[in-house]
Amino acid sequence: MSDQHVNPVEPYLRMDRMPHIWCPGCGIGIVVNCFVRALNQSGIDADTLAVVSGIGCTGRFAGYINLDSFHTTHGRPIPFATGLKIAKPELKVLVFSGEGDLVSIGGNHLIHAARRNSDIKVFCVNNFTYAMTGGQVGPTAPVHSIATTTPYGAYDRPFNLPFLADSTGAVYVARWTTYHVRQLTRSMVEALNKPGFCFVEIITPCPTIYQRRNRLGDGLEAMRYYKRFSKVINGANTRMVGLELKGPIIVGKFIDRDRPTLLEAMNDEFSSKLGAKYKPYPTGVSR
Amino acid sequence: MHADPKGVLTGVHFLDGDHACCEGAIAAGCRAAFGYPITPSTEVVERISQRLPLVGGVFVQMEDEIASSIAIQGAAWGGKKVMTVSSGPGISLMQEHIGLAAMTETPCVFVNVQRGGPSTGLPTLPSQADMMQARWGSHGDYETIAISPNSPQECFDLTIHAFNLAERYRVPVLVMMDESVGHMTERVVIPHPEQIKIESRSVPTGPKEQYQPYAAGEDMVPPMAPVGEGYRFHVTGLTHNDKGYPVMSAEVQEHLVRRLVDKIRLNANKIAMVEEEQTEDADVILVAYGITSRVVLRTLHLAREKGLKVGVFRPVVVWPFPEKRLRELAEKVKAIVVVELNYGQVFLEVERIVCGRTRTELVPHGGGELHDPKDILRVVEELS
Repeated sequence: MSDQHVNPVEPYLRMDRMPHIWCPGCGIGIVVNCFVRALNQSGIDADTLAVVSGIGCTGRFAGYINLDSFHTTHGRPIPFATGLKIAKPELKVLVFSGEGDLVSIGGNHLIHAARRNSDIKVFCVNNFTYAMTGGQVGPTAPVHSIATTTPYGAYDRPFNLPFLADSTGAVYVARWTTYHVRQLTRSMVEALNKPGFCFVEIITPCPTIYQRRNRLGDGLEAMRYYKRFSKVINGANTRMVGLELKGPIIVGKFIDRDRPTLLEAMNDEFSSKLGAKYKPYPTGVSR
Repeated sequence: MHADPKGVLTGVHFLDGDHACCEGAIAAGCRAAFGYPITPSTEVVERISQRLPLVGGVFVQMEDEIASSIAIQGAAWGGKKVMTVSSGPGISLMQEHIGLAAMTETPCVFVNVQRGGPSTGLPTLPSQADMMQARWGSHGDYETIAISPNSPQECFDLTIHAFNLAERYRVPVLVMMDESVGHMTERVVIPHPEQIKIESRSVPTGPKEQYQPYAAGEDMVPPMAPVGEGYRFHVTGLTHNDKGYPVMSAEVQEHLVRRLVDKIRLNANKIAMVEEEQTEDADVILVAYGITSRVVLRTLHLAREKGLKVGVFRPVVVWPFPEKRLRELAEKVKAIVVVELNYGQVFLEVERIVCGRTRTELVPHGGGELHDPKDILRVVEELS
């Protein structure tokens, strides 16, 4: 076998940790593939990118990706990432975790990091369930969906993640499914290279648990559903992109705007108030 | 290494303990701090928010104590010396991340200005009831270092020491102040930067591709690689092998947790810091730490006036407890009396160490005020 048969993703994976724990048909591997391709396309030196994950199936990403990587506590990768970015602004800091981690237990950190425009990128894998613990209801689970803790159907209203990120101040908000690998990769490149709090939601199949309990078929069936029911509306009003069980999925790049990052805003404020007494802190941003 | 002169306000000051603690942190090299307001520790974050921008550092008031206690750890891996500060309920919220710092060996300082509890308790009044929490408040088995200053001067000096110990042993170090020490204002002498000794974490020296983030040498403390420089290391709160990879096995758990515990326990004599007052001829030893170590000095003087041979043993570093010296004293005194603002926390440790060598008594107090020295004297008189 010659070198040309080496998977281009392999150099970025900790191959000594394979096989991974993700199930057949799980979409997280597709997201990892898109991420590595995005990293290659972004022009970023991989040594200067650190990834931070929380707990859950997606949280295991940090352990498999061959970069400086931090597998933190449940719900807390965002404040860890904020601290890391502040300490070393020349570093790119990516949070890669699931919706239960980032939006339920970690929801408070998500909205405050967006509000502050903390210069971190958040890739949120949304599979609508707590898969690692066996399929409990999550903060994005559609009404009527079945989980082990909603055996008769979920009845509380789920979060619309793009709307949440948009309304709390994120400068970049996109949503794709694992069917949209090219668009997702492009959004990841854009987010990685954009200063400020960027949020990409990735609708991802969980055939073992969420699909099975809700009679949504296997991983391939999920792809057919994403293909058939997704509608690309770039710039869509995020208020209108909420999801329903077996309903349409609005995907696209919804928000792309500029405002000062946390450290830029800090420098602006302190420089105006303290004058020459204040030496601007490095921001890692060149505009 | 000496302190960075930029952060050191050399001179004689009139400071409260909270402010002195903040100056100690900055003198120690703290350049990233995260916190959330809570009485009686708020003054520390207020002062650090004012001071850090002037010395090239960053303070961010986070959304809660949970965020503060993990933002410092991100910043520690980003290369900064870091601190967070809280009290009471805020410290309870931080416990999970004290465990994370112990597990991932992240150097960081947690300042706890103790107030009365449980729950919301007595926000504006002192207690020393978080001592056991300081040791084992997070789940799982681990060791921390806890230091207990009894004056604003010590809030300055011992906060520097806390940073140095955190860097040397790669552990969370807790500065266990209390409302009295935090809010009392006294003379604080800040020395010249060249007189302030600063320690920093050891860094790996070998080839990057061979770096194993959790492989420790004889000192049991692994070198800590800087992030963003091509080491491509992994850090996890899961049980991990020398390479930092998660491994779910009893063998790896034993290897890791044993080292986390041993690096503190086996160095306990080196970490120990004790102050003694008239213990040479004492019949009765009063054991006290923090603010209470000043209250018992009054009892000592009252007792000596009455001809009672009383001494004071003060663990400045409470965890790990300086047990060797206490055991020596236990061999030759009639009684050891623990005085603390709780219903018996350090007392349990003292009883274990003394182990029947002499009589042990507790003078407890639920907090909200300090002991009356005369109440302690009555116990001494009964035992003499």
